[in-house]
Amino acid sequence: MANIVARKPCEGLLPVMIGSVTLSEVVIEKMASVAPFKGKEGAVSAALKEACDIAFPAPNRTSSKGDARAVWAGQGRANLIGCDLPDLSGLAAVTDQGDGVAAVKIEGDGAEAVLARLVPLDLRAATFKRGHTARSLVNHMAASITRLGPKSFEVMVMRSMAQTLVHELTEAAEGVAARG
Amino acid sequence: MRIPGKGLIDTSKTVSFSFDGRRIEGVEGDTVASALLANDVRLVARSFKYHRPRGVLTAGSEEPNALVTTGSGAGAEPNVRATMVEIHEGLEVKSQNRWPSLGFDVLSVNDLAAPFFGAGFYYKTFMWPGVLWEKLYEPLIRRAAGLGALSGKNNEDRYERAYAFCDLLVIGAGPAGLMAALTAARAGADVILADEDSRMGGRLLAESEEIDGKPGHVWAAEVLAELAGMENVRLMPRTTVTGAYDQGTYGALERVGLHKAAGGHLPRECFWRIVARRSILAAGALERPIAFPNNDRPGIMNAGAVRAYLNRWGVATGKRVAVYGNNDGAHQTARDLMAAGVEVAAVIDSRKDASVALDAPVITGGRVIGTKGRLGLEEITVASASGERQIKADCLAMSGGWNPTVHLACHMNGRPVWDEAIQSFVPKPGMIPGMEAAGAANGVFSTAGCLADGARAGEAAASDLGKKAAKAKLPKASDSAYSLEPLWVVEGKGRQWLDFQNDVTVKDVRLAAKENYRSVEHMKRYTTQGMAPDQGKNSNVAALAVLADATGRGIPETGTTTYRPPFVPVSIAAMGAGAQGKGFAPQRFTTSHAASVERGAPMIEAGMWYRPSYFPRPGESTWRQACDREVAMVREAVGICDVSTLGKIDVQGPDAAAFLDFVYTNTMSTLPVGKVRYGLMLREDGHVMDDGTCARFGEGHFVITTTTAAAALVMRHLEFVAQGLRPDLDVQLVSVTEQWAQVGVVGPKSRDLLNDLLDAPISDETLPYMGHQAAQVMGVKGRLFRISFSGEHAYELAVPARYGEALYRVLVARAEMLGGGAYGMEALNVLRIEKGHITHAEIHGRTTAFDIGFDKMISRKKDCVGQKMAAREGMVEESREQLVGLKPVGAVKQLTAGAHIFVEDAQAKRENDQGYVTSVCYSPTVQSFLGLGFLKNGRARYGERVRLVDHLRGVEAVCEVVNPVFFDPEGGRLRG
Amino acid sequence: MRLICPHCGERDRREFTYQGAAEILDRPSLEVGNDDWADYLHLRENPAGETKDMWYHDPCGAWIVMHRDTVSHAVHGGELALEVRK
Repeated sequence: MANIVARKPCEGLLPVMIGSVTLSEVVIEKMASVAPFKGKEGAVSAALKEACDIAFPAPNRTSSKGDARAVWAGQGRANLIGCDLPDLSGLAAVTDQGDGVAAVKIEGDGAEAVLARLVPLDLRAATFKRGHTARSLVNHMAASITRLGPKSFEVMVMRSMAQTLVHELTEAAEGVAARG
Repeated sequence: MRIPGKGLIDTSKTVSFSFDGRRIEGVEGDTVASALLANDVRLVARSFKYHRPRGVLTAGSEEPNALVTTGSGAGAEPNVRATMVEIHEGLEVKSQNRWPSLGFDVLSVNDLAAPFFGAGFYYKTFMWPGVLWEKLYEPLIRRAAGLGALSGKNNEDRYERAYAFCDLLVIGAGPAGLMAALTAARAGADVILADEDSRMGGRLLAESEEIDGKPGHVWAAEVLAELAGMENVRLMPRTTVTGAYDQGTYGALERVGLHKAAGGHLPRECFWRIVARRSILAAGALERPIAFPNNDRPGIMNAGAVRAYLNRWGVATGKRVAVYGNNDGAHQTARDLMAAGVEVAAVIDSRKDASVALDAPVITGGRVIGTKGRLGLEEITVASASGERQIKADCLAMSGGWNPTVHLACHMNGRPVWDEAIQSFVPKPGMIPGMEAAGAANGVFSTAGCLADGARAGEAAASDLGKKAAKAKLPKASDSAYSLEPLWVVEGKGRQWLDFQNDVTVKDVRLAAKENYRSVEHMKRYTTQGMAPDQGKNSNVAALAVLADATGRGIPETGTTTYRPPFVPVSIAAMGAGAQGKGFAPQRFTTSHAASVERGAPMIEAGMWYRPSYFPRPGESTWRQACDREVAMVREAVGICDVSTLGKIDVQGPDAAAFLDFVYTNTMSTLPVGKVRYGLMLREDGHVMDDGTCARFGEGHFVITTTTAAAALVMRHLEFVAQGLRPDLDVQLVSVTEQWAQVGVVGPKSRDLLNDLLDAPISDETLPYMGHQAAQVMGVKGRLFRISFSGEHAYELAVPARYGEALYRVLVARAEMLGGGAYGMEALNVLRIEKGHITHAEIHGRTTAFDIGFDKMISRKKDCVGQKMAAREGMVEESREQLVGLKPVGAVKQLTAGAHIFVEDAQAKRENDQGYVTSVCYSPTVQSFLGLGFLKNGRARYGERVRLVDHLRGVEAVCEVVNPVFFDPEGGRLRG
Repeated sequence: MRLICPHCGERDRREFTYQGAAEILDRPSLEVGNDDWADYLHLRENPAGETKDMWYHDPCGAWIVMHRDTVSHAVHGGELALEVRK
């Protein structure tokens, strides 16, 4: 029987280095969206804490433990990445989403400047700190933007838009690099 | 003429460019204007309407005369101000609005005919006959008037847009702006300092003043060095703040690469959206000309500009310069010129009692009443108590006083207030929330005053931002009082130009008043004063004064026109940056995209998605051949189609079923687990919103599908219902469109194909029509739905998207082995029309469930969105246009969607319209063209012959009205 | 223009989709007559001053009742639709 091969959303597109900025794919093996049912927020957070040592994140925040992390994903929802979830039936809507997104890490001195060409968000280090996340836009694409470090961010968009994301980031990075 | 040793630029670094083909040598740091003046080029442009010879008037972005075209070919940019263009090696500059040449311009005959061309001339003259307007008058006028022309080609240059955020935006980096920025930055505020000049310092670069005992520009450089070293400061030179908008948003245009040759990745310009909690308007002031007769000859310039060219660029704007003003500032011009060794022919002060301590001929109480010099100033005539006399001069520096640059403060419709002392308007606090004016923009004109006012505004902003500013130590600077006597118009023989850019004279404004255009807004529109790129920066206050005088009102009562963004012209390329080409909209690619392209499929856009149109095979020369073959393949064997673009929404929660009952017209709570049901959604106004399927995975778990086109709309609607209308229901929604690659396996051999691949085979018993189950395909866990859009025995197989491409390739290869293969959108469309299935061509927003024959799908046992309104009388009338099938009678060439339907022998006109055609195809199955459409009372008219008329494409066809299900109406094939 | 999402704070207007007056939340029952239904769907105030309208914050999925002023353009704040109707 033929082999059925998995393909990454940005396969063949990344990594690239432009000026001071490197774009690379963040490989997401496993991701589930968790949306607690009414009044079950506390119970869900407790169960996650127990099983994965991660609390359900507050709006615009992430929490992590080792390789496992939780990223706030909009009203009443978080994406849990890289962890085995406990049984949350009756407590939360759990939905596999690990194949639905393209995630790109952008790092380097110009990372913030590059994103400032595309994202209508205040990304200054004092306001958008490590561990902060935001649901916003990358040009016309709905996106999740997370600060990973002083000069690095993770940008997630819908999988089908991987090419456009790479194109937008590349063009913005070229413009920033050309300023020298 | 360049004066050796004078100016702030390094004259050893020469840069050459061309002006109308002539090679001009300038130096690094020159603008086109300063370089032309250094080369004694005074004639730079022809005016807008009368083609009058014009020269440089100012040294800034307010320049009304010296508009030129830079570059050539697609990148050529018309109407740029020579005062703002920094020269670079190889720059091409061309003058505008002249033919055949700047020196000899045929259309300058307009100037001779000027008595006829006054305000309102076009309105009065070219009224009748109306037909001539479009064909004759307008093209003629457009050729005669107007400035530079667009290239008409697609500009390939790069432009950029960007966002910035700060605590404090300081607009303008003159003495006030520098002090404000420094004070707030030292207090710890996050500051952006933006200035439209390539070099910051404002008037300190143009004046010979000292601050703290050193030249003003040195002090500015020191402050800038300190600011540049601070982490919380961003300096943005070459950046004009163009507009003030709601909630502290400012637009700003940065000239990123315009001072270099085009090419590479460097953007030409960047359009910034700056969000600031506070802002300080320190944009300075603009000098106003004086409206004396023939005041527009090349060589007549604003006095402040003459000082700027001298002190900053080391350029004497004439060999023998006269100075004319109503204030002390003009005297400084004479002093600076004489110190540089330039001859001052006369200093004419309009004030009788002015004390002028100058070693030059001085005329107090004087008026310039005339000028001579066809292509450049040669002589002026001055009148005073001692009579008239002619004075030879090749440059006249004039100053009618200064107007604070209040524009940005007025962008939210606030009106500035009249300040009698400076005879101009100043901003009042609160016109823009969070904005404060400082320095000359605030009506404070002395250097010491500007420094103090800047520090004050900086401190206030810091304190508003919760930072404590240390009391700034104010540097020492001149604090000379600004005194002036109003001087707007000097009477005499010859036209007194007010608005150089639009060729508007004092007489035009008076005529407007006389013809009862007494409101300032009417005067503006009647005369065109204050329009065009400069928006009246040089002329508004003076024109107001003339209008006030003509109407017998004071200036404050006359009021100003509305100041609107942008402050300077913004290129469309900059404003639309980021949205060109691929930036216009995201491209969405399915996981099978590459496989489809490899098979030669032309990809078509469906919303943002790209989908294969058809899959041509060797020997097929038209899309129809491929499409017919693909349809037959599906009907006879098995076809493969990627349907991942359909919206998929995961619905979970204790109240999921109740929620779906509320959003669908039919009942989903009765759907057994493992089953799929077709569902129809209405808008609250009773019209159809979307349709799709609903599959139940558990007691409180469903996955529903939407059409490709409406996926985002439906998601937003469902969230609205869940959050806004039924917050009592405990339900969670999330899109899973992108999580799953879903592929249709369609046709009589579909199950055979699948059973070869599935880890556990299926049968009619285990998976009947409208059933679904978990499935494992080659080790990958997926979902298998037995649903059909084609009327065939069909499945949709979903796997996590990472396996989508591999699965698609395997399915297509297997299908080909069974005599089938991939099919595209064209075949998909034919298959659904043959079955009378609707798409958004039919549910286009004006159709009801009744119209498409689905009114029985609206359950009356429960409330649902749209139910109440769908039941209104007019929504269910028999006379409504109802969905029907249309089948040609006899031979036709084609049917067209968009054709209208008429009774066979009725005249094809609007009154006889019976309906319209929404979808058409050629059906290889039925071997006929087929159409779907809406026909008045259509369901009762099966068997009737009607005529389809497409006036637009000139197509007619006679059809029989039939049931819209053309093929297998019993649905036997579905159940296999 | 910048609007306020109760979750995400002040954001650029381009992140939002406008829907119309907040009266849309007061959906009548089926027993209510057609005229009142038509009013609910179609009749709107056109206030000069304080207004409440519905905005969808697309990236985070929250429906928001925005409190604004049509004269001053001030945006006072937003409430979650979920909580308004609770």
